[in-house]
This record gives sequence, C-alpha cells and structure tokens, in this order.
Amino acid sequence: MSGFPFRFAGQAFTARPSGALWWGAEAALVVADLHLGKAERMARRGGALLPPYEVQATLERLGAELAATGARRLIALGDSFDDDAARDGVAAALEGVFAGVEVLWVGGNHDPGTAGAEAMLHGIALRHIAAEGPDISGHYHPKLRIAGRRVPVFLIGGGHLILPAFGTYTGGLDTDAPVLRNLIPEGLAVLTGRTARPIPLGSRRRA
Amino acid sequence: MTASRAGTASPAAKSGDPAITRDTLPPAFARWFADQGWAPHPHQLALLAERDDTLLIAPTGGGKTLAGFLPSLVDLQAPEPGLHTLYVSPLKALANDIARNLARPVADLGLDIRIEDRTGDTSATRRARQRVDPPHVLLTTPESLALMLSYEEAPRIFATLRRVVIDEIHALAESKRGDQLMLGLARLRSLAPGLQVAGLSATVEDPAALARFMGGARVIEAPPGPAPDIAMLPTSAPAPWAGGGGHYAAADVMEAIRGARLTLVFINTRAQAELFFQALWAINDENLPIGLHHGSLSREARAKAEAAMASGALRALVCTGSLDLGIDWGDVDLVIQIGAPHNVKRLVQRIGRANHRYDSPSRARMVPANRFEVVECVAALQAVAENDLDGTPRADAPLDVLCQHILLTACVGPFDADALYSEVRRAGPYAALSRADFDACLDFCATGGYALRAYDRWQRLLLREGRWQLRDPRAARMIRMNIGTITDPETMKVRRRGNRVPLGEIEESFAASLTPGDTFLIGGQTVRYEGLREMVVEVTPQPARQPKIAVFNGIKMATSVQLSARVQALLGDPAQWDALPAEVREWLDLQRRISVLPEPGTLTCETFLRAGRAYFCIYGFAGRNAHQTLALLVTRRMEEAGLGPLGFVATDYAVLIWSLDPVADPAPLLAAENLRAGFDDWLAENAVMKRSFRAVAQVAGLLQRNLPGQRKSGKQATFSSDILYDTLRRFDPGHLLLRITRDAARHGLVDFDRIEAMVSDRPRLVHARAPHVTPLAAPLLLEAGRIPIRGLGEDRLIEAEAARMMAEAGLYFGDGAPDMGA
Repeated sequence: MSGFPFRFAGQAFTARPSGALWWGAEAALVVADLHLGKAERMARRGGALLPPYEVQATLERLGAELAATGARRLIALGDSFDDDAARDGVAAALEGVFAGVEVLWVGGNHDPGTAGAEAMLHGIALRHIAAEGPDISGHYHPKLRIAGRRVPVFLIGGGHLILPAFGTYTGGLDTDAPVLRNLIPEGLAVLTGRTARPIPLGSRRRA
Repeated sequence: MTASRAGTASPAAKSGDPAITRDTLPPAFARWFADQGWAPHPHQLALLAERDDTLLIAPTGGGKTLAGFLPSLVDLQAPEPGLHTLYVSPLKALANDIARNLARPVADLGLDIRIEDRTGDTSATRRARQRVDPPHVLLTTPESLALMLSYEEAPRIFATLRRVVIDEIHALAESKRGDQLMLGLARLRSLAPGLQVAGLSATVEDPAALARFMGGARVIEAPPGPAPDIAMLPTSAPAPWAGGGGHYAAADVMEAIRGARLTLVFINTRAQAELFFQALWAINDENLPIGLHHGSLSREARAKAEAAMASGALRALVCTGSLDLGIDWGDVDLVIQIGAPHNVKRLVQRIGRANHRYDSPSRARMVPANRFEVVECVAALQAVAENDLDGTPRADAPLDVLCQHILLTACVGPFDADALYSEVRRAGPYAALSRADFDACLDFCATGGYALRAYDRWQRLLLREGRWQLRDPRAARMIRMNIGTITDPETMKVRRRGNRVPLGEIEESFAASLTPGDTFLIGGQTVRYEGLREMVVEVTPQPARQPKIAVFNGIKMATSVQLSARVQALLGDPAQWDALPAEVREWLDLQRRISVLPEPGTLTCETFLRAGRAYFCIYGFAGRNAHQTLALLVTRRMEEAGLGPLGFVATDYAVLIWSLDPVADPAPLLAAENLRAGFDDWLAENAVMKRSFRAVAQVAGLLQRNLPGQRKSGKQATFSSDILYDTLRRFDPGHLLLRITRDAARHGLVDFDRIEAMVSDRPRLVHARAPHVTPLAAPLLLEAGRIPIRGLGEDRLIEAEAARMMAEAGLYFGDGAPDMGA
C-alpha cells in the first residue's frame, strides 16, 4: 500500500498520496469534500465558466483509488455535492464508480438533506467539521505552504485527523490559519502529491 | 505619414467646433509663454495645428506633455460642460503629477475648467460624482478607463469627448495594457465620433508601427537634441569573470556620484538594487543622501524617495525599471547603468533621464558587471552612436484581452456582435482580427467554449433578439472587479512586527522558502524573518547583519535580438577587438588559441570534460529566456539518449549543460525539426507554460483574482490554475485558452521564436572538442542560477525541506508507523 502509514486512536491508517485515507480494519476508503458539481453551481450563479470536466476528473480519480485499494466501503465526509441540483446532475456518473461498494455519506454544510449526520466507528467520530476528538473530518481543505507551493495536506494531532479536499476544483485554507492552529497545536502534516510525505507541524508554527 | 482608419467615415467637424480656431497660438497663450521666458517648440505648435490623430515622438525634456495638452487648453478657453479631454498614462503617479503641473498654466491663463484624476486610488464618492458630472479634463490609467467604459452611463459620459492624450504610449505598446487601451479607444471613437487622439512617445525605432498601433496617426518627430555623452565608467579593477552585481565598481560609482549634482543609478533587478545600495552606503563616508527605489518597496517608501528627489534633497537614487517612466524628477545630470543594458532602446530612454533640458547632452556611464557584459556594453555604445535602436515586432493581438473586453462590453448593456466586431477591428492591434477568432472569443465568453456543451442552461452571455447580454446582471460586479491585464506574481506584504506600515512586498514563492531566523534585504535594511501572520510576512530589523538571502525577484529581461547579434559580431571578429579593454582582448585571444570563437553566422558549440563531468556549451546568443527553453529541450533529448544530463545554466549568450556522458554529435540535438517536435510535448507539462496559462486565464476571466470577501476569510477562494490547465489539456486540448497560451509561448518567457531564428539564421554548426574548460565557458561555470534537470526537481526540493524539518524536530520514521495518539 503506497502512502504514509500511521496509527490514530488505536487504529491503523494510511494517508494516500491522492488525498484519500485508507482504513484497513474497515476495508474502507475515506475521502472528504468531493464538491461534485461545483463548476456548474458557479456557472448557474453567473460566475466563471470553469472547464466542465471536474465531475469526470474527480470520479475517475476516486474510481482509481477504489480499485487500487480494493476498498469494500467508501466513506465520504461531507460536502460531497455542492447542492441538490449538483446531486441530480451527477447521479448517473456515480452509479458506475460505486458499483459493488457500500457508500456511507456523512453530511456537510453544502450537502442538502443530510446536513449534520455523523457516524461512529471504533470509537472514532466521522463528521464533516472537527469537534470533540477523536474524530476524522474534512471541511477545511488544509493546504501547507512549502517550497513556493500550496500543497493539500492531511493534518493529524490533538485528537483530530483532518483530510484534504479530494474534489478537483477546491481552494484551501492555510495550515497557519488560527482555526487550524487551535484544533491541532502540534502534530503532523502529510503532504499529498507524488508521494505522501510527513512533516512536523509544530516547528513551522513556532513564530 | 497619414493612415486612414479603415471602416470609419472621416469625422465631420461639428459647427462651432473649437478645433477650427487652433491654427496658431492665441495671444493669451503667446503672452503666457513669453512670461515664462519660453518660446513654444515647433512640434508643440505643429500638434496644435493638426486636425488628424497625431503621434509625437520627442526626447525627454522636449515639452511633450505641454504639447499634448496645449490644444485642449486652447479649446477650453470657452469651456462647454462635459468631458473634453481624457489623458491616459501607464502610471497613477503620472496622472497626479500632471494634475499638479497643469494647475499653474490653467491659473495663469484664468481658464475656468475642472481637471481631476481618476485612478484606483480615487475615493468612491469622488468616482461616483465623476460619473454624474465629469470634469473637463480627466487624468486616468488604462485600467480605470476600462472600468469607466463598462458603466451603463459610459455613452453619456464620453459623448462630449473631443480629445484623448495618451502619454508614454511606447511603454504601453509593449504590453497587453496597450491592447486593452486600444480597444477602449475604439469604443471611445464610437461614442464620440470626431475624437482626436494624440500619442506621446519617447524615441522609438519604428514610429510608423507605433502609429499603426494607434489605429493610424500623423507622426510628428521633434528634433532629437544633441548626441548623448555616453561612455564606460573607468573602474579601478577590471570586471569580474561572472556575476551580476557590479560591486567591484562601487567605489568608482561613488566617485562619479560625488562629481555630479544628481545621479540615477539604474540596475537590472530589485535584489541587485538592494545589494548595490548597501554596497554604496558601506563606503559613503561623507553620508551623501543616496536613496533607493524599486517595485518591491511599499508605495509609501517609493513616494518618499520620489519626493526627496523632486525637492533636490538627494544626490543619488539607486533604482530599477520602476523609474523608467516619465515623472519629472528634477535635475538629473548623470545616469549610471550597472550591468548589461539588454536593450539599446531602453538604454537610450534611460540616458534621456539625465538632463531634462532639451538642448544640452545627456551624460551617461556604463558599468558592465562581468566580462561578457563588457562586450555587450561596448556593442551597445556602438549601437547608440549609430542610433540603431532594437525593437521586437508586436506579437499578434492577444485574444485573452479581447475576451475581457467582450465581457466588459456586456456590462454596459446588450450589444450587437457584428457592430462590436467592426469596432474592435478599428483598434490598431486588432485591425487584422479574423471573424473566426472574434467568434471564438465571443463563444468563450458566452458558454466557456468547451467541446462538452455543459453550460447551455447557464450561459454567461445570452443572445436575445439578436443582441448579446449578461444572463445574470449581477455578474457585472465580478467582471468589473477583475479588470486589467497586469498579472504579476502573487506577492505578500512585509512589515515589521508590531508595526502596521508595510516595508514592501516579496514574491509569495520567496516568502514560502523562508524559515524563521532567515535574514534578507528589503528597503536597504537587513531584516529577520519571524513568521507569517494573516498573509503578511513579519520581520524584525537586524542592523549590521549580512543578509543570508537577497533574491526576491526572478524575472530578468533577455538581451534583444539586435544587441545579441552585435555582441556575437564583436566577440567573433578579432578585427573589431580594438574597441575592447585589454583584459577582455586577452581573454578572447586565449579562447581562440584553445578552442574556437563563435563567429557570426555560426552556431558554435564546445564539449569538454572536467572533474568527471561532460560539459556541452552552446553559444546561442538568443537571450536568457530562449536559452533556458533550449536547455530544457536539449536535456530532454539527452535524457532519452541516456547521456544522463544533470543540470544546466543559461545566460543571455550561452547555455552550459553538464551530464554523465559526453555529447558526441550535437547536430541532431540542435536540428530544427527535432527541437520543434520536442517543443510541443515539452510545452504541455512545463512550469513556465503553466505560469503563462494562469495569466491568460486571469485576463480572459476564467480565473478570478478578486472575489468579494476573499481577503477576510483567508480561505483561498480560487483554485489552482495548474489544475485547470491539466484538466483542460486532458479533456479539451483544442480549447481557446490553451491555444492563446501556446501562441504566447512563442515570445516572452518561453521565447521559442528566437530558438527557431537561431537555428535558421545560423545554419553552420561548429563543434569544437576542447581539451579542458575553455576561457569563454569558464565564467558560465561560476554563474549563479544553476537549474537541476526537471521531472523530479520540484519534488526533490520538497523532499529536502521535509527531511530537514523532520530532522530538526527530532522525528524519524523508519518502517514502523508512528502512533499519533488520539
């Protein structure tokens, strides 16, 4: 399994270079913030007309991750769809990707209907926005500034495990932002990209 | 020359048109000139009498601005309500300056008119008032004009307009700002038929081309003034082999400053300006007032330097291209150029800064930073003496700018595509625009222009009753917020801890490379990096510490085609070496004996071995940017051939590549068809291309730089342009924006056209196998800016930094997974 293996709340996980989290004990792939349909929502609101290939690109990457890990379960930690209209728009495309995989949708602030839904597995809360740990969450799209780039990262520490956004068109919040500092004063950031590479968080923040 | 504007009826003079009475200077004006002790210049009177659009070419100090405004002031003796004259300049500061300078003649002549400026700094209330009740004379920038033209009331505001004065038009013509302005001008001509346009320009190599850029104008050339007094600055030590700072000459420059009233010291990059400024102060025993001015300093710091200079409080100012444009800086009597000038035309314009008095020669001295640059400086001196100015022909009209213009047009109200197309073709740069290209831009604005027609329901522009309009009128706000064609790299403000006043700005990529404790130079002082706080770089002063780093701006101008050719001609022909200093002659002579000289008409290469590495040197004389592209293309082929290329360094004159195995035959590596084939693949994944795409996507309105509330949240609201680029390449390779990006790559940072020219103009390939490192190649070994071969380069950077930080934190991960607790 390529990626960065670590233990959190008594469970073994692997942070994948793609930004997905592999949870071996559950044979589950965990992803956050797919934001499917974001391009269309922006267009509807009169914003920029982004390349309309984002759903396709995100689902292709997701499909590849499911295949590579052999996951039986997919856990999506909220903000999977930008809104209702988006969900209708991509329903057909989803069928193909998720065939044979059990999907657990956790509610996010963009998700219609399911807002606030949480789950608990092995004593770990699965939710959209980090609250009382131990929990696994998304929402913030954390990005770390390093070597002149902003790289999406996993954040681990302080009882929280926060995933980067898996969606194709997503911005991000600097790991230096106060809200993230408060949640995880010390810990690890795991860079995504070609390889999943850990770097300590505390030392970067000593200022 | 007079060029008629295609497609426009000749403007009929309206009855009572004040322009009819402008043949001679009215008595009140003649008296005013006499009172100042001046006589009007002939070109000022020529401009006054002219009925057609005009392009005035005059050296600094030739009274250009007054020439531009004189016809307006004469007209405005009997002012009618409404906007009469629009003045556009590339600099906000210039607009302010002009307002001040006009105040005096207006008061002296008792003209009852309002003159106001309108720039990004103008207050919202004042801007709102100007929309309701415009002044007689409005001073503005291309971006502010584009914004005003997007208002619904634009037709009313500009209906009364009689004259447009475009200052420093030669500088505007060099960038997309000029294209945007010309589109705006075409709109103004539609709104105010009969409009007269005057362009004001410094000396340029091809006035007719600049007149075409304006859409056609009569060229009036002022006499050039006396020939400049320009020479090399004698230095006590010879120029070093490599490097770019010119520090070896600091004492000589100090001496020259001492002997002059006010000296401008031009230097090529901001980092070099900081370092040279420090070097001067280190030996400034008399504490002469010497200032610093460059684009990374805060506006406050720059304004302070400008004010000190205008008031005569300075003896010297170290500056970069930030001072290339024309505010009246007072009594400069010496210009010193540190480092190679890269471009003869720019050198001449800089020299013109010395002595604003028209009739006395400008004095300038040059200080080459290394031995190659000695040759370039001598070549430039010869070019100046022969008045052989270089110029790059303008690239085709940029379509991203047209996309923005179409969106802004839609902000005004519904428009007719045919009418807009013919209006756009009245803009000089777009005179040859095809209908197909126009329609592609319109389609991009309306639907995104994607092969997958996904947005038919949510089109940005809709066709209703034959006219295009915004589907959602609220979109106008977002479009207006993202006006402009300047897409500088992202910068971050620098400020002292506990102090709100910023010191300046540094590039974000540089900021990201800093770790707490690092020291760097900004505003002439050494500061210590403390950390980031809400997107601001916090520093503390570190007096008397040598900075660890002083590099915070990377983009360097490439040496022009003409000057490069002159350098090669001089360097490769011993008959001309008399013009060179002795130590340079000896250096070249040694080269001739050990290897070969890169003679004109040849593409010369050398190979040699040194310390277990094989070196391959190409004397391309094609400029830094083209050389960098060439090196990337050649090393790619070397990689395929299994030669194990390890890195390269590119300068304006040559490329040096090192590898594990030697290049046996350079011919296939440099064959035009092979380079071209490599170019297409390479383009796709190259970081420079991605940077170009980002600029194109921003200008065309795909990426929005400014979103409401973005700053406050700190959340990056835009997505990475790299991801958009990759997505488009993968799913829609024929998309308009990719096409624009590819076209742009032929010039500028990628500069592939110069590689093509290098190969086709110099068909004779000379390959010398040297026994060891050669005199010409040796300085290249010392050059800074070595680039490791890409592919994993960026990744390696991250790996190294991550490993260092892990080690620092005492964290090592072996095979066992770390337990992060809960």
